[in-house]
Amino acid sequence: MSYQSNADLGGQDVRDAIVMEPEGDLFHAPWEPRVMALVVAMGPTGLSNIDMNRAARETIPNYRDLSYYEVWLTALEKLVLQQGVLGDAPPPPKQVLRAELVAAAISKGSAFSRTPAGPARYALGQRVRTIAVQPAHHTRLPAYARGKAGIVERVHGAHVFPDTNARGLGENPQWLYTVAFDEKELWGERNPKQRSTISVDAFEPYLEPA
Amino acid sequence: MSEHEHHSHFHEPDSQHAQRALSPIELRVRALEALLTEKGYIDPAALDVLIDAYQTKIGPRNGARVVARAWCDAEFRRWLLADATAAIASLGMSGRQGEHMVAVENTPQVHNLVVCTLCSCYPWAVLGLPPTWYKSAPYRARAVKDPRGVLREFGVELPESTQIRIWDSTAEVRYLVLPQRPAGSEDLSEQQLANLVTRDSMIGTGLPGSAA
Repeated sequence: MSYQSNADLGGQDVRDAIVMEPEGDLFHAPWEPRVMALVVAMGPTGLSNIDMNRAARETIPNYRDLSYYEVWLTALEKLVLQQGVLGDAPPPPKQVLRAELVAAAISKGSAFSRTPAGPARYALGQRVRTIAVQPAHHTRLPAYARGKAGIVERVHGAHVFPDTNARGLGENPQWLYTVAFDEKELWGERNPKQRSTISVDAFEPYLEPA
Repeated sequence: MSEHEHHSHFHEPDSQHAQRALSPIELRVRALEALLTEKGYIDPAALDVLIDAYQTKIGPRNGARVVARAWCDAEFRRWLLADATAAIASLGMSGRQGEHMVAVENTPQVHNLVVCTLCSCYPWAVLGLPPTWYKSAPYRARAVKDPRGVLREFGVELPESTQIRIWDSTAEVRYLVLPQRPAGSEDLSEQQLANLVTRDSMIGTGLPGSAA
């Protein structure tokens, strides 16, 4: 089955101006804060997880035409239908975020680090290459960074693996690395006097030894 | 609720409820909230508390405190760069969208810039909700490929020799830029320093205010 993410924008030819926004200018319509809060409050229910949410958002066909809170709303509507909330046996919420629990829930968050299943395959400073395949499911290796050689700059321990978690196939923890690429590797030689380095946070299955 | 509601000028003169017509998207949001409430997934009062938290408590002034402390306290700065999650938690900021923090330091040689090309990952625990442009296609598309052009749009012109280091937040690690302390700020208090720290300077699209 093919899978199309409409959210993988890095390096694409998008020429619109960036519209500045003063600090504190958080919402642009009265419904927007409600959507933000609905999405956050649905977290503890376990109806979906963060990776399912991202998959639901990035596969919206007109993703690019929607504002970000419209994206969030559309994806939540989609998940509510997919998970059978309207059916005869809606999945029971694991936990309901009550008003008095909000402050504690925000401060606690939900860590994504997990005990690794084995030792890390790559070490700091090691040269690696990202895989070039585009999987037919949600993934977190951006297209612009596929099939590119970089250096392991940080090792973050094992984290929940989005590629399986998004499909309900479990957390399947994988080692997570920051891999840094010279701009020339990603975009070709440009102005050699102006250098930039770009990194992604890449899960071990996204990498091969270089 | 949002302050925008108070600006609403769509009063229906003939309606006893003085209620304006709801837009299609408002109807969708209300229907979804009603459904999820009825099915027992959400507590509507919790939504009010969440909105208030991100409107009045959790925002870039939190991150500014972290930066100002790092500028004043060398030991804290070392801790922040070595273990940002713990150092930030010591100032009472933690949790949602800040579970795995990394602080990256600007120097005369290196300028850091944070983006999420795949969605809108942002360090909520220290900066609150992301600005619209951070989630928008032009920023996400260009920050990784043309960082100098993006910075120019924000009014930031860096020396040609400055290396730009772009962090694409593709997993659950969240990045906070530690800007350079403004020149001539030696006599400022930690609070005065915090006032110079802008949201954009902690994303890397801006520089802190001047001490003058």
